[in-house]
Amino acid sequence: MDLQTITYIIVGATFALYIGIAIWARAASTGEFYVAGKGIHPVANGMATAADWMSAASFISMAGLIAFQGYDASVYLMGWTGGYVLLALLLAPYLRKFGKFTVPQFIGDRYYSQTARVVAVICLIIISVTYVIGQMRGVGVAFGRFLEVSFEVGVFVGMGIVFIYAVLGGMKGITYTQIAQYVVLIFAYTVPAIFISLQITGNPLPQLGLGGTVTDGSGMYLLDKLDLIVQDLGFAAYTAQSSTTLNLFLLTMSLMIGTAGLPHVIIRFFTVPKVKDARSSAGWALVFIAILYTTAPAVGAMARLNLIETVQTGPVGEQTANVEIAQLPDWMVRWQATGLLDWEDKNNDGRLQYYNDKNPEMVEKAQAWGWEGNELTKVDRDIMVLANPEIAGLPNWVIALVVAGGLAAALSTAAGLLLAISSAISHDLLKGVLMPKLSEKAELLAGRIAMAGAIALAGWLGINPPGFAAEVVALAFGLAAASIFPALMMGIFSKRANSAGAIAGMIAGLISTLVYIFWFKGWFFLPGTAMAENIPANWFLGISPEAFGAVGALVNFTVVIIVSKLTAPPPEHIQHLVEDIRVPGGARQPIDH
Amino acid sequence: MTSDKRAGYWKANLTLLVVLLTIWFVVSFGFGILLVEPLNAFSLGGYKLGFWFAQQGSIYTFVVLIFVYAFLMNRLDKRYDVHEE
Repeated sequence: MDLQTITYIIVGATFALYIGIAIWARAASTGEFYVAGKGIHPVANGMATAADWMSAASFISMAGLIAFQGYDASVYLMGWTGGYVLLALLLAPYLRKFGKFTVPQFIGDRYYSQTARVVAVICLIIISVTYVIGQMRGVGVAFGRFLEVSFEVGVFVGMGIVFIYAVLGGMKGITYTQIAQYVVLIFAYTVPAIFISLQITGNPLPQLGLGGTVTDGSGMYLLDKLDLIVQDLGFAAYTAQSSTTLNLFLLTMSLMIGTAGLPHVIIRFFTVPKVKDARSSAGWALVFIAILYTTAPAVGAMARLNLIETVQTGPVGEQTANVEIAQLPDWMVRWQATGLLDWEDKNNDGRLQYYNDKNPEMVEKAQAWGWEGNELTKVDRDIMVLANPEIAGLPNWVIALVVAGGLAAALSTAAGLLLAISSAISHDLLKGVLMPKLSEKAELLAGRIAMAGAIALAGWLGINPPGFAAEVVALAFGLAAASIFPALMMGIFSKRANSAGAIAGMIAGLISTLVYIFWFKGWFFLPGTAMAENIPANWFLGISPEAFGAVGALVNFTVVIIVSKLTAPPPEHIQHLVEDIRVPGGARQPIDH
Repeated sequence: MTSDKRAGYWKANLTLLVVLLTIWFVVSFGFGILLVEPLNAFSLGGYKLGFWFAQQGSIYTFVVLIFVYAFLMNRLDKRYDVHEE
């Protein structure tokens, strides 16, 4: 059976599985439809949270960034896992005790202000739309390869499917569907990683294989070999740092506090049965996330090694040591169709040379060998995970499985975010504040329109995205870090934080971060409207737009503290509310004062 | 619940947070970023130690931290008799 047919069968089968479970679970428990997670064991809830959380950025994009950035991409690994520690220790148990259902509701109640609630809704919408743009890019890459069409057509197909998926609505809310998605996703990620780790290092555990020796007879450690090979081609050493320490520090911080401020993640902890469960649920979610996150570094390193060895088949500089273009493997030809991989025989020698032609020392050597520039002109980082099993020559069913896993990751998260956007607009904003008399039917319609609008916008921006999927998603985290997290944390840990402070803080954090991002990425991400080229020399103190969320959060905290000090303290009942959410017991009982 | 007891519970909670968040900071920002160069002089199998903390060790520590937190807080709840039914 050819690859295309197997891919259709496996993708089709997994989709049928999700829909089947949704229908079965729906029939079994209509009453629990809106309270997924209630009465569900923390382990199951953790698994569902992990599926909800791990998106195209984690599945498709992250290992590709690791492959090309090496050590520097550690920020994504630490940032997207370390945030769960903050979430578990600083927010989850208290928000559970508070017992409301959405983040804007908590902010509106704690800061006794409709304005605060509206500001939180606006922050939530901006964060979620940015996040969906990143997902659309991932969906476009996966569909482009799966249907063997260009990336742009892939995005359009993805937009249609995401819309249907999100409108089905409740499907997303059902924890069992998400558990199935997690199983497909983690299976699809780890199976090829185990195969490849066995091939390269002889160790089936990728986490150990990455620290092991290669089986090519040299007895070298994998990472040492990779360092050597990439440096021979003029690239920076894989395990060495390239970016500044300040930027790595702030980017990690931004991703961590962004994780703890993401509305669709926080919401999961509102619905567990007890405060006790909110604490351990975050731990279980992180266990399931860590399985993918500790595998990703091995996937990245091994993909880089395999890619280089495909092109560079012998010692660098030897005439016959580069692959002949007529003999390029099938996977390269297939990926060329998506427009995300391309090459050009610049020196007309019939062979492909891949090296760093921005490195003057390397260019000098290359000229002596008759090389006239890097001929692998385009390798989109977002293709690495999907192409990895093909590069390693794994069986077709593994390749098809990875496509299914990538689609599961991207679609589940995109659909979840779109639901969050639609409920924020129709429920929190229209029904809650602007038009309280809105009928239920009209509210539903408004939600659908908001969802369609968000997909169109995100898809359109996803075709010309402001970065690779993981980088766009990192921007969304920066915005969450700068706006939502400080308001939540101060709401719990400071009795003095008042509505004026929180509103001013959220606005200051959001605007400063948004303007910094737009300055380098273009206003509203429109191509060609950037005020300055997005290069380290132009950045403020060398801080990249992705890392600026940590600065925005600092601005937010500072503004909350100063403005709250200068204005009247919150009313007494709010101070009692804060005292009450700090203690787990006695939920729904009157406060003893 | 008396306000003294309430304050004592909250103080114990904050102390625990400070200890756990210090570990959180040290393994990631400390070992993985600020001290990565000196730690890379040591190795763990084929991993340079700083690199290992950045791409593996910090993640394992995070998982342990959350479970330790959940365990100690549940114990604290019982000690102060504020646990849920």
